[in-house]
Amino acid sequence: MSDPRDLVRGTPDATFTLDFDGRALPAQSGQTIAAVLWGAGIMAWRTTRQGGSPRGAFCGIGSCYDCLVTVNGRPNQRACLVAARPDDTVTTQEGTGHAELGV
Amino acid sequence: MPNSASDPRHPAAAPLSGPPATAVAATATAASGAPATAAGASADTAGAPAAGLAVVGAGPAGLAAAVTAADLGLRVTVLDAGERPGGQYYRHPAAALGAEHPEALHHGWAAFASRERRLRAHERAGRIRYLSSHHVWTVVRDAAAAADGSGEWLLHALAGPEERPVTVRARAVLLATGAYERQLPFPGWTLPGVVGAGGAQAMLKSGLVLPGRRVVVAGSGPLLLAVAGSLAAAGASVPAVVEAAAYTNYAGRLPALLRNPGKLVEGATYGGALVRHGIRLLTRAAVTEAHGTDRVEAVTVSRLDRDWRPVPGTARRVPCDALAVGHGLVPQLELATGLGCATRTTADGTAALVLDRAQRTSVPGIWSAGETGGIGGAQLALAEGELAARSVAGRPLPAELVRRRARLRAFADAMGAAHRPGAGWTGWLTDETDVCRCEEVPAGTVREAVRDLGAQDARTVKLLTRAGMGWCQGRMCGQAVAALAGCAPGPDRRPLSCPVPLGHLAALPAAPGAPAAQLSQPSPPTPEHASDPSSEPSSDRPAGGGSAAGLPADR
Repeated sequence: MSDPRDLVRGTPDATFTLDFDGRALPAQSGQTIAAVLWGAGIMAWRTTRQGGSPRGAFCGIGSCYDCLVTVNGRPNQRACLVAARPDDTVTTQEGTGHAELGV
Repeated sequence: MPNSASDPRHPAAAPLSGPPATAVAATATAASGAPATAAGASADTAGAPAAGLAVVGAGPAGLAAAVTAADLGLRVTVLDAGERPGGQYYRHPAAALGAEHPEALHHGWAAFASRERRLRAHERAGRIRYLSSHHVWTVVRDAAAAADGSGEWLLHALAGPEERPVTVRARAVLLATGAYERQLPFPGWTLPGVVGAGGAQAMLKSGLVLPGRRVVVAGSGPLLLAVAGSLAAAGASVPAVVEAAAYTNYAGRLPALLRNPGKLVEGATYGGALVRHGIRLLTRAAVTEAHGTDRVEAVTVSRLDRDWRPVPGTARRVPCDALAVGHGLVPQLELATGLGCATRTTADGTAALVLDRAQRTSVPGIWSAGETGGIGGAQLALAEGELAARSVAGRPLPAELVRRRARLRAFADAMGAAHRPGAGWTGWLTDETDVCRCEEVPAGTVREAVRDLGAQDARTVKLLTRAGMGWCQGRMCGQAVAALAGCAPGPDRRPLSCPVPLGHLAALPAAPGAPAAQLSQPSPPTPEHASDPSSEPSSDRPAGGGSAAGLPADR
């Protein structure tokens, strides 16, 4: 399969790795966290509060809040809007992301 | 985005890239006499003159309006939720992704490129203040200014990833807030790998990524053709575009088509791309189920009757690893409805703003352009943005521009009517299908609220079932819940257009009836505020936003 980057002749300024649940994923400067995850073939990175169902990016524009993720310990960030940065640690978000609150 | 705006350690060091700042402090010295809190301190320069025009949204309509208004001598502040101008239509990769040919994923890129150049030139000259990553969550009349008849507006925004509060004051407001995708649920639509058609397009345009290798595109509307073409050009295999409407629906609207040869050429371009990539176009058909355990493995495609009911015995399974689905767009109206702007129901069955020939809403001082007035596409948005700017500036409206708008609106109406969902689509839903993705409310629960508990509108269903009460505030399920309740979908009504930290709300002055003297003297941010660790916006976050202690300094 050809790569979308070929279509626009994309040569990123920098590449780095993003830590996702302990895995090092290849990332390019300028990508959102959701784009890095899609690029690695990962489509789900959180579970729902009630049913524990897997979810990932859906609307892609920040409207649906399905892509919520925990970034550097901060839960409920919209992965489709947040830019990936070199030292980021991204973790799958279980439910509300606030299990420690016990609510 | 300027570094200062991304650094939560210096919330008061706001970007000052434009002319003398038009933002004022969302002062904490509220009428209630509440003590000043940090949330109110992080605005730009206090007491600056209001902008002549504040534009919300930097998509085709907002961008066209901003540059036209600046050409005509207005001082303009543009607030956009995105990191780069262009909105969803002209969404493109960040510069750091080094795309030499971003236009490869776009139609009409030159129209954007020329306006972006003008935006930057005006920005350098101090005529436009462009605030990216600023999400306007409400617009209110400036009570203090109203008292002396000057009729100014306050736009409250959250800036940057750290959600710093910013307030902009302006004499006129143009709402160019665009639209989001209409989703009609079906069994399996919450599976990973099922993504919005516009969502797939957005992720491709900005992040240069695909949702899968073999992607079925389904739903209704011309966007599907563009999405399928881009996915295929970017390397995906697209076995089919599944369109619920029949293209023969356009036949009864020939005059509108013939007046828009440009649109016909555009359609032919999309059609040609489908042929070139070997993509089949199935009309009067829908994906009525997505299959898979952890992610999509296949979809069921069914023929539809005229009312969009699946025809028994026509179901076919199509293997794929992603589904891009959407049924047209919904105007994003909450800022307008919050101001009391009148709405109407459009040909595609959604609510849009009532606008006059000068793009004025029913509320004096508030203009709107683009998809908020009814879904019509980028060319129409560009024309309407220019018209709105000329109207705000008190200039005559060029006849040719007025004619172009009328022609494109007529086409949009024909298109909307052709793709309006048939009532039978609810036949896709089993009682177990989640309708509300956020609160995980299945169709059976919504049906029970309607059948047994007497709910007759989406709002009552929401109160009884929590459908629409989650993070997205009904953006994804609103149209479906209304259909199940047997009523027309209402316009977006959300008091806040995005989640707002409670501290910011607490720090706002009480607007109507508050003593004018206090409101007209916003507290300037002081060095004490800037260096006070308690002034970090993160410390004002409600439970759920994380604490300052747990927040690394680089985010």
